[in-house]
Amino acid sequence: MEDISRTKESKQSEPTSFGIYILVWLGLISLTAVTAVVSGIDLAAFTIVVALVIALTKASLVVNIFMRVKFEDKIFKVFLGIVGFTLLVIFSLTFSDVFFRR
Amino acid sequence: MSELIQAGSVSGKISSPEGSRSGDHGIRKDAERAKIGMWLFLMTELLLFAGLFLVYSVYRYLHNVDFHRAGLETHTLLGTLNTMVLLTSSLTMALSIAALRTGKKRLSVSFLASTILLGFVFLVVKYFEWSSEILGGIYPGSPVLLNRSNGEILFFGLYYTMTGLHGLHVIAGLAVLCFMLVLILRDKITMDDYVKLENAGLYWHLVDIVWIFLFPLFYLIN
Amino acid sequence: MADVALKPDEVRLRNVSDELGYLANEGKRKGIAAWILSTDHKRIGILYLVSLFSFFIVGVILGVLMRLEMLAPGGKLFNAQEYNALFTLHGVIMIFLFVIPGIPATLGNFFLPIQIGAKDVAFPRLNLLSWYLYVTGAIVILLSLFQHGLPDTGWTFYIPYSVRTGTDVTMAVFGVFILGFSSILTGMNFLTTIHRMRAPGMTWFKMPLFVWALYATAWIQVIATPVLAITLLLIIVERLFSVGIFDPSKGGDPVLYQHLFWIYSHPAVYIMILPPMGIVSEIIATFSHRTIFGYKMVAMSSLAIAFIGYLVWGHHMFVAGMTNTADFVFSLLTFLVAIPSGIKVFNWVATMYKGSIDPQPPFLYVMAFIALFSIGGLTGLVLGSLATDMHVTATYFVVGHFHYIIFGGGVFIFFGALHYWLPKMFGRMYNRRIANWALGVIFVGFNMLYFPMLLLGYEGMPRRYFTYLPQYETLQRISVVGSWVLVAGLALMLTNLLRGIFKGEKAGPNPWGGTTLEWTTPSPPPAENFEEIPVVDHEPYYHPEAEEPEELEAAK
Repeated sequence: MEDISRTKESKQSEPTSFGIYILVWLGLISLTAVTAVVSGIDLAAFTIVVALVIALTKASLVVNIFMRVKFEDKIFKVFLGIVGFTLLVIFSLTFSDVFFRR
Repeated sequence: MSELIQAGSVSGKISSPEGSRSGDHGIRKDAERAKIGMWLFLMTELLLFAGLFLVYSVYRYLHNVDFHRAGLETHTLLGTLNTMVLLTSSLTMALSIAALRTGKKRLSVSFLASTILLGFVFLVVKYFEWSSEILGGIYPGSPVLLNRSNGEILFFGLYYTMTGLHGLHVIAGLAVLCFMLVLILRDKITMDDYVKLENAGLYWHLVDIVWIFLFPLFYLIN
Repeated sequence: MADVALKPDEVRLRNVSDELGYLANEGKRKGIAAWILSTDHKRIGILYLVSLFSFFIVGVILGVLMRLEMLAPGGKLFNAQEYNALFTLHGVIMIFLFVIPGIPATLGNFFLPIQIGAKDVAFPRLNLLSWYLYVTGAIVILLSLFQHGLPDTGWTFYIPYSVRTGTDVTMAVFGVFILGFSSILTGMNFLTTIHRMRAPGMTWFKMPLFVWALYATAWIQVIATPVLAITLLLIIVERLFSVGIFDPSKGGDPVLYQHLFWIYSHPAVYIMILPPMGIVSEIIATFSHRTIFGYKMVAMSSLAIAFIGYLVWGHHMFVAGMTNTADFVFSLLTFLVAIPSGIKVFNWVATMYKGSIDPQPPFLYVMAFIALFSIGGLTGLVLGSLATDMHVTATYFVVGHFHYIIFGGGVFIFFGALHYWLPKMFGRMYNRRIANWALGVIFVGFNMLYFPMLLLGYEGMPRRYFTYLPQYETLQRISVVGSWVLVAGLALMLTNLLRGIFKGEKAGPNPWGGTTLEWTTPSPPPAENFEEIPVVDHEPYYHPEAEEPEELEAAK
């Protein structure tokens, strides 16, 4: 992990045009409407999966565009990866207990 | 080797003999450094809420039916409205930073003020929601709630704890944003040095993201 | 530097600060204010050092009192309630006020920037804030003494008792919550510092191994501590609002509390042991006059331990009521963590082989560490295996195990590190012969105190009991006497070090022949660490003469 880049000026990503932000916002609002509607449909266990997938999509839009992770240094993606991985570990190992109860 | 030294002096990391008596040891400002610090802090917030989501997921698994029954009682419409409010506040937050970066200070201030306003709207809606639920007898330890099934008690316990903790973060976020507003007005945050606003924005987006996940788990169980 | 003509009092000030470096007050503040308002990482490190060791002494006294109770069965000294409060406070102080802040907050704060060639950490004011939070957290914990009494739950605050007990758990737990923030801030600071502030030429694989250890530790501090924070918050919420989250009568699950608690508290033990392991690498390299064998593997093994440490928390819960599947999974994962630890030990031994060993006090502490950490680690295998764990869990065996690892492993290196770095921090040397004697007494006392515990546990004596059956009396008595010997040794060691700090012989910039950057500065270092930021062009532990010791001899 060599790091000459560290001695360079920290690079700032190009300012994003307002348009992209507004587009993303429209997407988020639509997705919200979609999940609200879908929740009325009974898909048994599948409902929560759909809801979470949509939530993840929304979160991903906020993280990548509003929080600009997509445009900036790789390190922030690595940080998020670490969090994601930790959550995966914590949830699956806890469920290795809970899932097999009585 | 010489390029490294050159690069080092360009970024100001090699000190001159005179510049070493100041309180901060002559450490230059570094926007990337501040942003890394902020992201690390955001990670701690994510993990804080993750613990609660873990508890929620375990109990939802163990008390699936009761969770569904309890979920019918939350105000889906108000929850959806609040979600839209928060998402829009994220938009105005991002626009505020974008405006400042292109030198449009007044526009930036307007967007930031809108963000704060929307945050207040969120809290007001929350207040009405909680009031109606509490007046309806549903709150931790209430006789009405204790009469219900275990799953329902847990659902509402988690509801109040998680949305409550989230609400505290909204309040903290609003305080930070107000402070940023003052700093912009006083030109302490400018087109060339806006990392404080960016970091405040990151915090606000995090608050939005937590809500994005709270929303389906408490309001969309129909 | 001397281009500008200096006025007479400037010359005098310059000499004082040259001699005393960061210890001299250069600014307008005087006395205590110059220290408790300073954002200099070295001063903050010292503030932490003083606080930590003050609490360590309190913790030791509590431990001695607990041992005195064990002189004879029957609870003659304290009743059950008082004894419970004793071991709770002992655990809370030793863990949250001593070992967790431990090396990172003290020596890490002092040496991290210097070892990477920086002038300070990334966020000096946050650094000072983290110390303020530490002190605040300590005060809040002690406040519980005055309200409804010290908690009697054990430092683990297990549900349901932590919710039902009348003692002031809320206050104590809130204090620990505050301490958690102190730890998080330190972690955030170190990560950012290491990412952004290394000197030119210091790539990742030219960093000293202490820095790698602090890096891995900082990740654990940042990622694991928030889970503790939410767990503690939930205890408070339960006590105040009876929400029911862990209450079986409302559908809650006490085992879930344990999951949440150990999701932090297991990685926490790696916060306790990784920095000492980093220092072991430093000390072995210096006193073998060799470069570390397998440097990259040792660096990576710190990260591996931090990573695997997240996967094993359930081994604290084998008898708590988890499913068999979980028991099996966690036991299997627990054995994995031995691998990176083994990598370290093999590389340390390989480093010493054919090295030119100089058995100074820091090196002898490392030797003690290897012996004690091995015993601790081996007893860990007994606990990690399901079948044997059934018999020794919640007995004195566990108490012996973790004291061997945390105390015999981690804290012994904390002591050794003080012997290593005190000459640099204060510019003075302690009496080395007394240091060696003190170590001898400590080592004997330690084993007298804790080895019987392994036997007691094996024979079935439960832990956290204020009395015991007569058959355990002999071993308990040996252990009690051991505690007195240990305390005598600790007193000798601390007095020797203190005397060294204030009255010792002047130590030069590099009394041990170390090769990392801190040894290139004066002792004590100046306030800004370096006149000019160094440029690094070789690996750490670079001992060109070690490659051909015969030539060095010939050259003499």
